Amino acid sequence: MATMTYLEAIADALRLEMRRDPTVFQIGEDIGTYGGAFKLTKGMIDEFGPTRIIDAPISEAAIIGSAIGAALNGMRPVAEMQFMDFVTNGFNQLVTVAGTTAYRWSMPVPIVVRGPSGGGVGANPFHSRNSEAWFAHATGLKVVCPAFPADAKGLMTASIRDNNPVVFFEHKGLYRKIKEDVPEGEYVVPLGVARVVRPGTSVSVIAYGSAVHMALEASEALLREGIDVEVVDIRTLVPFDEETVLESVRRTHRVVVAHEAVLTAGFGGEIAARIADKAFRWLDAPVRRVAAFDAPTPFAPTLEKAVLPNAETIVSAVRDVMAF
Amino acid sequence: MPKKSTSTRASAPKNAELARQMLTYMIMAREFDAAMLRLYRQGKAFGGVYSQLGNEAVSVGSAMALDNKIDVLFPMHRNIGGHFVFGQDIDQLMVNHLAREGSQMRGTDGTGHYADPQRRIYGNVSHLGAMIPVAAGFVMAGLMRGEKTVAMTYIGDGGAQVGEVHEALNFAAVRKLPLIVIIENNQYAYSTPNHLEFACERLSDRAQGYGMFGTTIDGTDVELVYQTCREAVQRARNGEGPSLIETVTMRMRGHAEHDDFAYVPKDILERWSTKDPVETYISRVIQQGIMTESEVTSLRESTLSTMIAAIDRALERPWPAAEEGFRNVFIES
Ligand SMILES: Cc1ncc(C[n+]2csc(CCOP(=O)(O)OP(=O)(O)O)c2C)c(N)n1
Ligand SMILES: [Mg+2]
Repeated sequence: MATMTYLEAIADALRLEMRRDPTVFQIGEDIGTYGGAFKLTKGMIDEFGPTRIIDAPISEAAIIGSAIGAALNGMRPVAEMQFMDFVTNGFNQLVTVAGTTAYRWSMPVPIVVRGPSGGGVGANPFHSRNSEAWFAHATGLKVVCPAFPADAKGLMTASIRDNNPVVFFEHKGLYRKIKEDVPEGEYVVPLGVARVVRPGTSVSVIAYGSAVHMALEASEALLREGIDVEVVDIRTLVPFDEETVLESVRRTHRVVVAHEAVLTAGFGGEIAARIADKAFRWLDAPVRRVAAFDAPTPFAPTLEKAVLPNAETIVSAVRDVMAF
Repeated sequence: MPKKSTSTRASAPKNAELARQMLTYMIMAREFDAAMLRLYRQGKAFGGVYSQLGNEAVSVGSAMALDNKIDVLFPMHRNIGGHFVFGQDIDQLMVNHLAREGSQMRGTDGTGHYADPQRRIYGNVSHLGAMIPVAAGFVMAGLMRGEKTVAMTYIGDGGAQVGEVHEALNFAAVRKLPLIVIIENNQYAYSTPNHLEFACERLSDRAQGYGMFGTTIDGTDVELVYQTCREAVQRARNGEGPSLIETVTMRMRGHAEHDDFAYVPKDILERWSTKDPVETYISRVIQQGIMTESEVTSLRESTLSTMIAAIDRALERPWPAAEEGFRNVFIES
């Protein structure tokens, strides 16, 4: 074990996979000598050289598209979006090309498109978005949203080894904020396996990414009121580990679904629908959702704090379902 | 140094066998169209029927310039000739095209969208321009392994206005990729004429802005297309980077067969009909004594009946099993 930040854990996975597999390479903007906007790829160009750490022009479609082409020709590219917001400029490549290739051609497209997403850091509407639900809705793309350093490492390793396109959302607010013991050397966390992060008996909070930390904070406060919260981190949206979620609901009978992304058509709606469909008989209260207000993520701290969910909004949602 | 040239006539064929092959593939492309048109008129075609009448010299001449053992073809919707040059079996092609059981796409897609990695063909998606970055990445991977694979891909005078085309060309130039992009300027993009698509004089003028080789040529002259592409392949193979070749032709039918192309002035079509790439090449080949008129006639007849027979065999096959619709969204291993 070694103590690593969330960012260090991701970098560790990238470095180890590049050492292990010569077909893995990285491409992105300013990822070489500069080491990336968040310094996640710092020093990698020294170890792997400019052929495997490719500084690309500001062309997200060319970055993702060329990654797809390289994947069709035997490579395992990892493409960095400097901010995940800019994936919109490469959206067509991911959704139209990468996400349809297995179905149409029966050919693997082992690419990872990764980058910093999420708000709460005083960026602006264009550096804060949580767009994971778009890709969960696209078909043919796997979608990963780790909340912890060890998971980030293990899920990144699994994503690189996966034969399908993976969109990997790193929460930039977590990059240097959280540290934990992370297994050294090769470490794989399979995609599609949720984790009960905090076992509890009163109510299940189903979350992913930054909302897992909000839920954990909320559970501390709620414990003082005698409410024992179970926090389930789904870790990956596609594939979705429905069984772990349903199993938790069948035990606690009450559910809050939480994510930092905006409410409408968010992945929380999908989770709530699956629960309503398959665990209705076990529910003692309607499923509540906690999410951002339906707006671009604003810039000024007062506004941003107001529109994004946090531990308090989860606390009050839990109180509501407990009181039902 | 980026260069630009406009030439109109190639030198005489040095190689009669090459001429015979090119004419054969052009006739295959032409008769493929005739067979598909017949199917359309019988009401049996499913999906759009995109004629490539007028583009045979481009698809055949460019694909012939490649080495189909090491190079790759990323064809578009008017490049059926290239599929034949790359050795596609006619039955397999029809089964793919018509989405019948046995299609390489299992019925999930049709027309020329299939990939056949063994034959080094990677079809397009409908979204114009989307496959150019992919073709660039394909050859970038080859370069990383020290291979000399060249990719040839195509885009229309309309599709060339898609943003991804710009990104891919710039990317290919920066990384000196062995990529050849042919802009097939057939005067129209669906109903939209050139002057509503772009304001530059020649689409190949853009090459200079990217720092790559660019040229505009007569796309009805198969030997000229072949020669121009040969040089581009040589440059790509020598590490001199990508080329942008604009081929000037006329789309001699509607966008697809449902389109009566009433928006095209008749005199334009009449003018271009004298430059039919297949007919002019037939005359040249006969004139040079490479083939006789009767040889050509019987080649055309036998090719058409081969195409029709392959279509009929494909149509006899059942549709793919419905269960296929639920498989392979992801690669399971
Ligand atoms: C990005 C995109 N927008 C629109 C379309 C619909 N569409 C298909 S073909 C076509 C015209 C294409 O014209 P051009 O690129 O000149 O090629 P041509 O058909 O003339 O060979 C259009 C608008 C599409 N396939 N892709
Ligand atoms: Mg056109």
